[in-house]
Amino acid sequence: MGMTQQAAPAVTTPPASGPSKQTDGRTAQRSLVVRLLARPEVGVFLGAVAVFVFFLVAAPPVREASSMANILYQSSTIGIMALPVALLMIGGEFDLSSGVAVITSALTASMISYQLTMNVWVGVVAALVASLAIGMFNGWMLIRTGLPSFLVTLGTFLILQGVNLAVTKLITDNVATDNISDMDGFGQAKALFASSFAVGGVNVKVTVVWWLVFAALATWVLLRTKYGNWVFAVGGNQDSARAVGVPVTFTKISLFMLVGFGAWFVGMHNLFSFSTVQSGEGVGQELIYIAAAVIGGCLLTGGYGSAIGPVFGAFMFGMVNQGIVYAGWNPDWFKAFLGVMLLGATLINLWVRRTATRR
Amino acid sequence: MATTNEPGTQSAVVKDTGPEAGRPVVELRGAGKAYGNIRALHGVSLQVRPGEVTCVLGDNGAGKSTLIKIISGLHQHSEGEFLVDGEAVRFTTPRQALDRGIATVYQDLATVPLMPVWRNFFLGSEITRGPWPVRRLDIEAMKKTADEELRNMGIVLDDLEQPIGTLSGGQRQCVAIARAVHFGARVLILDEPTAALGVKQSGVVLKYIAAARDRGLGVIFITHNPHHAYMVGDHFSVLRLGTMELSAARSEVSLEELTNHMAGGAELAALKHELAQVSGVDVEELPEEEDLTAPVPATPEGKS
Repeated sequence: MGMTQQAAPAVTTPPASGPSKQTDGRTAQRSLVVRLLARPEVGVFLGAVAVFVFFLVAAPPVREASSMANILYQSSTIGIMALPVALLMIGGEFDLSSGVAVITSALTASMISYQLTMNVWVGVVAALVASLAIGMFNGWMLIRTGLPSFLVTLGTFLILQGVNLAVTKLITDNVATDNISDMDGFGQAKALFASSFAVGGVNVKVTVVWWLVFAALATWVLLRTKYGNWVFAVGGNQDSARAVGVPVTFTKISLFMLVGFGAWFVGMHNLFSFSTVQSGEGVGQELIYIAAAVIGGCLLTGGYGSAIGPVFGAFMFGMVNQGIVYAGWNPDWFKAFLGVMLLGATLINLWVRRTATRR
Repeated sequence: MATTNEPGTQSAVVKDTGPEAGRPVVELRGAGKAYGNIRALHGVSLQVRPGEVTCVLGDNGAGKSTLIKIISGLHQHSEGEFLVDGEAVRFTTPRQALDRGIATVYQDLATVPLMPVWRNFFLGSEITRGPWPVRRLDIEAMKKTADEELRNMGIVLDDLEQPIGTLSGGQRQCVAIARAVHFGARVLILDEPTAALGVKQSGVVLKYIAAARDRGLGVIFITHNPHHAYMVGDHFSVLRLGTMELSAARSEVSLEELTNHMAGGAELAALKHELAQVSGVDVEELPEEEDLTAPVPATPEGKS
């Protein structure tokens, strides 16, 4: 980036006397540190490093590679969902139904393949369709009614929570689905969604890889494509975006569907790791995803954030979650820890943005 | 604020182009709009020609916003005709209006504050390169073009990466105008571009309006400031309570008359008589009703 070279002379020479480029002489070059801090993911990166170092010191077992693999796995299951949730948040909306939608997706795949005695891939595809449809419904309701996404998705959250329990009981006479591990295609699906591989003698879950791949993809889309530009625009100022020709309806609905895709992926991971699904789970997870996105520097009101930030946000979650266990502390402290982290991260983000974007 | 060494606002003193200036690009014939049983706009006729500034004046609630929303495609007219290049149209999205070369710069809606200047400049019309799965923004080209276009309009910015929200109101308007000009707008609708600006900032914006006109654009300049309108306008339309109260070429109306029409014309004269009965109010200098009614032959230009 050429800006770094310009930074030094601009401070020492008088304004507007640059040899080659005419400037308006009013904006002094901001220092590299300030410009770096203006990036949405820098605050959370520093926070993640702090938490990492803290547990490295406080909990010696964390220093082992196998513990690290475990922490990364924990982070990845949150992180894969935190990514689309973060994109949606940058697009100015949020989705309270994402936690139970994960379970809905897993239940759909499990019950369809088991009850119809079909290859599990039929269930997987049906679950994908169902998840995308839920996302589409959320987005469509939001656009059609003009209600805040909080209300629309709160409705979906309650509906799905009820449907998950009621339909599962109706079909299986149980709160959990039947074990599908001996069905056709289970092995293949497990390899894709829930396998693990060895790196230097340490077992790493495949979700960690997916998480990082999705994060890289999301970053590229957000910063380097038209669609990413539109996401920032609909979150930053929806009316302006519409007025200059951005397809606001398409962008919002597709973002909700992206959350649906994430819910499907995590749902499939749950299903093929445990072979069975508890229908009452997932409640409260949506807040964890939202918290990871906010800690990751996404602005709750939209228009600002990154895809890398939530990666560190999710890593902080995984680190604290497992770190407390490795340190031998009472795991009940986990939520309290998270609350402090959330508030701290939000305050840092607020301060950073005010400092960095001040006129 | 951006500095420039152009001649300045003298260029705002316009030649009288008259009706022979060409076919209207945008034309309204008796157009109107009703929201349910509320008639926001009724019987409005307006012509916008290339290289002319058509000023639409009116108080709050006069129907100015409804008028631009119809032309820019946010709303549809419910009576009369709306023609572009002589062809009746009915836009359902702003995109359609943009595709016909009608660009709107809204007072508050021109930009997304937290996005960088160059991203705002190309928002909705991004330049991309590469085949589909890896089709990506051509950031270098966009930054270069944005910088060139802004410099052409006399706006010099140090850092196109800065969020546009950090620019002043006048600069933001100018970026939006430069953007519309770059994207081949033939008609530029400016919604009260000077309303929230100081004197000097307003001058800058007026200069860009003149610059856009000189590039052959038809400009619809919405304002409630007759002084600003008279600086650059070729044709003046005054809206009041949803109907057209005055429609006159520059040669047919003076600044004083325009101001009086804006201020409510006949109503003001009535107010004068009421005020005359209140002691201590000097009404001698206020105009009489007969001075305010019809457009009169050209008068020497005001000193504005």
